[in-house]
Formats: sequence, C-alpha cells, structure tokens
Amino acid sequence: MGLAKRIIPCLDVTAGRVVKGVNFVALKDAGDPVEIARRYDDQGADELTFLDITASSDDRDLILNIIEAVAAQVFIPLTVGGGVRAVDDVRRLLNAGADKVSINTAAVQNPQLVADASGRYGAQCIVVAIDAKRVPGADPLRWEVYTHGGRKATGLDAVVWGRKMQALGAGEILLTSMDRDGTRIGFDLELTSAFSAALDIPIIASGGVGTLDHLVDGVLIGHADAVLAASIFHYGEYTVRQAKERMAQRGIEVRL
Amino acid sequence: MTIDIAVIDYGMGNLRSVSKAIEHVAPGRNVVVTGDPQQVAAAGRVVFPGQGAMPDCMREMESRGLRSALVAAASSKPFLGICIGLQMLFEHSEEGDTPGLGLLPGVVRRFPAAGMVDAQGGKLKVPHMGWNEVMQGMAHPLWQGIADGSRFYFVHSYYPEPADPAIVAGWSVYPFRFACAAARNNVFAVQFHPEKSHTAGLRLLANFVAWQPVVHATPETGARAAA
Repeated sequence: MGLAKRIIPCLDVTAGRVVKGVNFVALKDAGDPVEIARRYDDQGADELTFLDITASSDDRDLILNIIEAVAAQVFIPLTVGGGVRAVDDVRRLLNAGADKVSINTAAVQNPQLVADASGRYGAQCIVVAIDAKRVPGADPLRWEVYTHGGRKATGLDAVVWGRKMQALGAGEILLTSMDRDGTRIGFDLELTSAFSAALDIPIIASGGVGTLDHLVDGVLIGHADAVLAASIFHYGEYTVRQAKERMAQRGIEVRL
Repeated sequence: MTIDIAVIDYGMGNLRSVSKAIEHVAPGRNVVVTGDPQQVAAAGRVVFPGQGAMPDCMREMESRGLRSALVAAASSKPFLGICIGLQMLFEHSEEGDTPGLGLLPGVVRRFPAAGMVDAQGGKLKVPHMGWNEVMQGMAHPLWQGIADGSRFYFVHSYYPEPADPAIVAGWSVYPFRFACAAARNNVFAVQFHPEKSHTAGLRLLANFVAWQPVVHATPETGARAAA
C-alpha cells in the first residue's frame, strides 16, 4: 500500500507534430499530439511529458495551442519542456494548461531562473532536466552535464549539479543518459541510482528503454520514482498498460 | 448571469486545470474563475484551490479581501478545498509558521526529514508526488461511485493533521497514515488533485457539482464552535 511508481510517455513535438528521431538524425512523423496524448491517457499513463524540439522561434507558440487542446481533454499531469528561457515562459506554459515545466539548458546558463520560477509558482511545477554523459575512464564513476540537446559539454558534475538544482527549488529531476538515449539497451542504472541516493526529490529515469524489463530495472535497480520512455510506446510496440502489468508482475506498485 | 461555481483566484499559480476539469463534468454550468469577493458571495458553489507556498497564499488571499467571503462561503454553500486550499482551512501550518483560516480544527505539518522509508527500506522522496491510494474514512456523497482505495494524484510536502478524527474523510499512507480528505457540513477538502486524477478525480468533481449538503448557516460553524 502506498505511492505508485509512475510511467511517463514522452512526446517530442515539432511544428505541431509528434516526431521521433531515428539514429539521432532523421525525424520520423509519429502523429497528432492530441490524438497520441488521448491514446496514452486511455492506456493508463500516469503523466505525459511534451518536449518541444521546434528549431524555429516562429513555430514556438504552436506548443501552447497543443497543450491547451490536450489539457481540455486529458486529466492527468502534463509536463512541458524545451526552449524555456525565462519565468515568463514558465507562466505561459502553465497558463496554457501545463502542470509542470521542465528547464534544461537555461538552468545551466542561469541557475537563478530555477529559484525564481520555483519561488513564484512552487517547486511542485518545476522540473529540472539533466542530460548526463559518463566521463570516460573516471573511477569512481562520474557524469558530466550536457546542454543544447546534448551537444555542448558544461564541465559540471551531474550529481553535484542535481543537488544544486534541488537546493534552488527543483521539485523533480528528469534524468537522461546521453550514452543510452536512442540505444534501446536500457537505462544507465548506475547514473539513475547515483541520483536516487544523492537527492531527496523524485527522479525520473530516461534514455535507453527498449524493453518492458528496462522499465522494471529503472525502478528496482535504479530506484527511480518514475520511468520515461518514448519510442517503445509510439509505434504500438507496447502499450502503457502492458508496461504496468509487467511492472506489477515484478512486484512494483503501479496504478492499474 | 448566475454564477454556478466560483473557482477562487488569488493570484497563486494556475487555475486552468481546475476550471477545465469542472467545466468538463458540469456542462452548461457557469464556471467563473474569480478573485472578486462579491462574485464569491453570489456563487452557488465555491472551489478553493491553491498551489505554491502557504505564507504567500495566505498573504495574496488577504490582499484581495477574500477572507470574509471565504469564511461566509464555508458556512453557507457547497465548498471544495484543493491542496493548499485544504491546508488554508486549518488553524496553522508549519510552512513559514503561518496561521490559516481556522475553519477546520487542526494543523498542517511537513513530512519529516527522517524516517521517510517504505516497508522495504527504500527512501521515500519529498514532495510526495504521484498516485497514491485514498482510503475513505467515512461515507460521503463526494465518494459516491468511487471505489475505496482508488488512486489520486498528489504533489505536496505538507499534510493536514485534523484535531477532530470525525472530520477525516479520507487517508493515505506515506509512509505513515495521514489525512488526505476532510469533511464537515458543507465543506469537503482534499490534499490530492482531483482535476489531475483521471476518472476517479473527475467523478469526485462531478459529485461535488451535484452535492446538496444540509447547510447550517450560522457563523459559529467554524473551528471555535467545535472547540
């Protein structure tokens, strides 16, 4: 009896459509965001995360329309990230119907943004997204924070950075392994468990899911509070319901 | 136009989720998001949400002159508190050592720094965030059609500790048992977010919209009368 571990499908959105990168390059159209959100909601998703990967600022406001449309029909928590630079961006997304806003690159450029947004709207709606990559040959293991969609190294130690974000008012951490993202060989469980042990706020594990057992491992070995996945759900390979049933079989408390 | 349901807006965060969910379960009703005490007084029902920090919420609520309208509504019409909206109904919160409205007897405490572990010894995070089971502490029209033990979505670091066990309408475990719903007369208040709790949450909101409580319309309905 108690709190369920969460499964969070992630939708990458650009120019009003859900897309999925294949081998980090070609973006493949995966459908209409409102339709996909409704499908995941019907399957029992615990939350939804929208990542706006729109390159052109002209198309940025499209995400607001999408969130408004989804929020009028889907009554579970919605997180939106991508391109959040200022407290005013947080305000606009919350007003459109987002429940949480995820901040990544801008948190590194201006950590005070996290404190300001958390102070204004509450820690419960501020997620800090951290893209972490193993430092080759480091013993003990270390990870470095990357920004700009994983293209730019920052020199920051990921765990130290996570603790700083917690102290500044992050309510949750969305932790993506750059080494595993897109590989479908499973989470970087050492990264996940390092964060779970070092921080007191919830950790969402992300990057590398290819099978339902990878989700199980994220919780049982990585001690994640929630697991995020994109591609295994987008093409109908597995449903969220199947993922939850597998987790329940392995003794994990889920909302069925 | 008659205001059927007023969602109280005192400038603390986003009320769109709450108003959208109520509009969804109350088609044809006039749902108004408002910080105007006169509109609150005129409304048939009142929803009192809240997010952020309790000291800020109390200050913003007071600065809009909403206290007396809220106190009057809580003793005269169907009244639903959500999250900080529940916490503000109690006498005091540990968050910023803040006095509340004192409409329900009891205090609001923070989850402790130590001892937050589950049955397997795993660390439990604060905020308590996600879907937890809600055990119904009493039969109540707002639970109608909702299975005992249904999961609702929570996100909070503070929880209510009612001084009167008779007002505990629901409870959850994290890792100890805490009250997550309180009810008395025409007031029902929940720590979780029905507007984000899928089928069970929408049902609770629909039950609220249909609720016809017996109203004891005296100013003594507050905590002092119970004490």
